[in-house]
Amino acid sequence: MDLLYFFELFVGGMIRGSIYALIALGYTMVYGIIKLINFAHGEIYMIGAFTALIFASVLSFTGMNPILIFIIASILAISFSVGYGVTMEKIAYKPLRGSQRLSALISAIGMSMFLQNYVLLAQTSDFLPFPELVPDFKFLEPIKYLISSTSFLILITTAIVMIFLTYLIKFTRTGKAMRATSQDARMAQLLGINISKIITITFVIGSATAALGGVLISTHIGQLNFYIGFIAGIKAFVAAVLGGIGSIPGAVLGSFVLGWTESFGTGYISSDYEDVFAFLFLIIILIFRPSGILGRPENNKV
Amino acid sequence: MLKIENIQTFYGNIQALQDVSIEINDGEIITLIGANGAGKSTTLMSISGLEPARHGKIIFEGQDITHMDPDRIVQLGIIQVPEGRRIFPFLTVNENLDMGAFLRNDKDGIKKDIEYVYSLFPLLKERRNQQGGTLSGGEQQMLAISRALMGKPKLLLLDEPSLGLAPIIVQQIMAIIKKINIEQKTTIFLVEQNANLALKLADRGYVMETGRITLSDTAKNLRENDDVRKAYLGI
Repeated sequence: MDLLYFFELFVGGMIRGSIYALIALGYTMVYGIIKLINFAHGEIYMIGAFTALIFASVLSFTGMNPILIFIIASILAISFSVGYGVTMEKIAYKPLRGSQRLSALISAIGMSMFLQNYVLLAQTSDFLPFPELVPDFKFLEPIKYLISSTSFLILITTAIVMIFLTYLIKFTRTGKAMRATSQDARMAQLLGINISKIITITFVIGSATAALGGVLISTHIGQLNFYIGFIAGIKAFVAAVLGGIGSIPGAVLGSFVLGWTESFGTGYISSDYEDVFAFLFLIIILIFRPSGILGRPENNKV
Repeated sequence: MLKIENIQTFYGNIQALQDVSIEINDGEIITLIGANGAGKSTTLMSISGLEPARHGKIIFEGQDITHMDPDRIVQLGIIQVPEGRRIFPFLTVNENLDMGAFLRNDKDGIKKDIEYVYSLFPLLKERRNQQGGTLSGGEQQMLAISRALMGKPKLLLLDEPSLGLAPIIVQQIMAIIKKINIEQKTTIFLVEQNANLALKLADRGYVMETGRITLSDTAKNLRENDDVRKAYLGI
């Protein structure tokens, strides 16, 4: 057993896991509040990446410091994705609130297709190169073979986002109201909690973290196209279900488990079956724990 | 204080309330009794704005609240403890109470009120860091009432607070309701199937049958009314 190879795969899995986690958070939070699988969520991630690419390319001409460009592009990407996310909720999901769950689900799939094709038409179907904005960090020099600057950035950012979110959900009043709403929305209303506001906040947070994931992975890989949201969205969805959809710690755990499964699977068995590992693992988990690793069984009380 | 004028409420095409009119004055305890499915809970949901009335009017302190959003109605001071208590099962007792004070920003006042409800129900204080779902039925009812009190209600709507509880707990809760009415000057609208209990506590009462108010009088007169005795008091 080559220990170094093992660690490489381990770190690789963690990076995948981090990106999945940033996307999966949106799935699981939205599901927790309005019981909708927002299939267009992957597109929000893709739009974040595209927005960053556009602004980064434009700003590159100004000769600005690359790190500064990266930060500005990220902020703009987050703002645009949040705008798209919140608008999407208003036009595609809000009118369907109170109708059958299936209607909203179909609306979500429609939204996903619409956004994909919108970017395809407005931009291009080709892979576009993402400018290199993150410089090589000096302190990473000794372990460069194991972890690159961009991977380091992904891990750190994800950790910060997770800590911030945990604080928000656990201790702030808004966070408590979000939990209350996900447990019993009608009761929350009877206490004066404005559900529409809570839903908007949920979409804001979910879209922001997804956009961040999109920007980070694009700088890491160095290219993107209009289709990246689809497969990443599906994988993150798998991660959310794996961890127990509706549960935030579950989504994070599921993401890392999925990231490692893929990383070790491709590293030790075969890279041809990357996606197979993800879905096989999902099937196995769901056989033994139908509501996911940390999910609560749904109780259908009358 | 609250005036319900000929409201009609529908679930889809099914009419649940037919020309219901109720009047509640400041400081009163009013009860609404009736059998299962008579429309009692629907009446409360119409007041709270979750099942808005299609026709008719609900006036609270001079304001038309018929089609107001639920959170605005809570802000005006009408707070409901719904049937089945509906404690947030995965929030702690403390967090549940904090949600009751969601629309308030006066930290000191909230602290004081938490102490007040803990003095009403000392059991809750012992369990303050426990998840709501782990409480017994009686404790959950206490928490549900406490949570509503945290919003400083002017009008407290109680839906079947005695449901499924042991008689001794019911006595305790009824005594607390009376206490809240006297100490906090909170007006109370009590919906009950247990007419005996409700008519002992209330000043006036309304009787509801299949979506209609069929009788209204002082609690004392209703207790002595032959029809009420036969139908609801089991005498």
